[in-house]
Amino acid sequence: MSATIPGSESARRPVASGERADGRRGTTPTLNVVRALLRKELLVELRTLESVPGMSLFAVTTFVVFHFALNRNSIDGDLAAGVLWVTLLFAAMLGVNRLFVADADQGGFDGFLLAPVERSAMLIAKLLALLVYLVVLELVAVPAFLLLLAPSSDHALCSLIGVLALGDVGIAAIGTLVAALAVRTRARDLLGPLLALPLLVPIVIGGARASSPLLVLGHAGSPAARWLLTLGLYDLVFGLIAYALFDFLLED
Amino acid sequence: MQIEQGLAESPAVPRRGGGDVAESRDAEAVRAVVELDRLVRRYGEREALSSVSLSLQERQTLVVFGPNGAGKTTLLRVLATLLRPHSGRVEVLGESIPERAWAVRGRIGLLGHEPLLYRELSARENLRFHARLHDVSRERVEQLLAAVQIDRRADEPIRTLSRGMVQRVAVARAVLHDPELLLLDEPHSNLDPAATELVEPLIGAASGRTRVICSHDPGGGLAEADLVLGLREGHPALLAPARDVDAATVTELYR
Repeated sequence: MSATIPGSESARRPVASGERADGRRGTTPTLNVVRALLRKELLVELRTLESVPGMSLFAVTTFVVFHFALNRNSIDGDLAAGVLWVTLLFAAMLGVNRLFVADADQGGFDGFLLAPVERSAMLIAKLLALLVYLVVLELVAVPAFLLLLAPSSDHALCSLIGVLALGDVGIAAIGTLVAALAVRTRARDLLGPLLALPLLVPIVIGGARASSPLLVLGHAGSPAARWLLTLGLYDLVFGLIAYALFDFLLED
Repeated sequence: MQIEQGLAESPAVPRRGGGDVAESRDAEAVRAVVELDRLVRRYGEREALSSVSLSLQERQTLVVFGPNGAGKTTLLRVLATLLRPHSGRVEVLGESIPERAWAVRGRIGLLGHEPLLYRELSARENLRFHARLHDVSRERVEQLLAAVQIDRRADEPIRTLSRGMVQRVAVARAVLHDPELLLLDEPHSNLDPAATELVEPLIGAASGRTRVICSHDPGGGLAEADLVLGLREGHPALLAPARDVDAATVTELYR
């Protein structure tokens, strides 16, 4: 610290100037901001374990419930795909609901809004964070699903991962948009799922239809291209909608 | 002096330790950092701020007094560009708000009731996070941690620190990017006398920054002020140079 002697000239600026090295005070590069936000997001989740463990536990518990409720040792085809996607969707909603809570409750929004940054950086960081949560969820949930409900070794796992990834992008885009909208309302825990679920129905339909041939016992096929295309287009459309609307959701 | 006095126009205000602002204008060294003209802000039907007009010049300190709910925090949030004015003209650092709010973000430091710190992160992690948002170096973070004497507990989560310590970290966060305008909402709350002295070079008169301070302490507030604004239910009930206001007049605002 340079000096803190009250009354002296140096005490007026007791620490080094906050200006950038080039003397410019413009917008902080978006990539740096996204990295900072994503790092913060993952650090807070690692410390609190508020989202991912709950999501994973919910999914595994649901598969156990299905295992007993259906009274079958294995399911396949449309039923298996439906159970998998609906369970993942509801588990994802737990993460969506928590996505902006720390920012809303601890002044993170204000701190972010006071910085000279592109607002879309928060959208990108939150979307990436939610994607990470979904990937971790699926690392736990898919093996549990295969173990409890679809114990067959000939599933086209690589293709299934591809379909899940396409679905994850859509869930993350819609989830981030809806979470940002709901978090500033009093009924955020209710409003989030109410808004998100109808928007996520096409993801479930596309994901389940694309996954269904991959979960047929004995002769796993390949996903129909039209359902993959549907998922891809839906991801793109909602990615663009989220990008266009996000600034307005953050502003007063 | 009478409350409601001198509200028709913004008074000429002497700078602390200097001559009248009007006198020094010829050198064009002084510029208005905050200009409000009939600012109105509502929450639903209720007017939280009604027709507030004032001009605050560079390196001056405006102290805002008023009972709870008078509109002090709303005024700070409008100046911080976090709330939009519903009518009237607002200029901060020469930029019209909200149209050019983006141009002043990063030049304002806000220290409000909330510390704007993540409870699960440490003081160092919080400051480094804000430093990245403002493109400020890590060295600056370390300097400020030392300046507010939190460096020995800088790696502990914010939730484990006392309120006074959190307030010191919040002060460091508010000045991290060397803001031109400081918006301070009861900045000394939770601080003991030693800590108040500690943060003085950062947010006090000695910082040389233009400041808007919300206060409930007539004596302390007047000692800091160049210009005094008294709010009552959102209405400006008092606007005068600090030299023309005494503690009794400020106390009257709370009755």
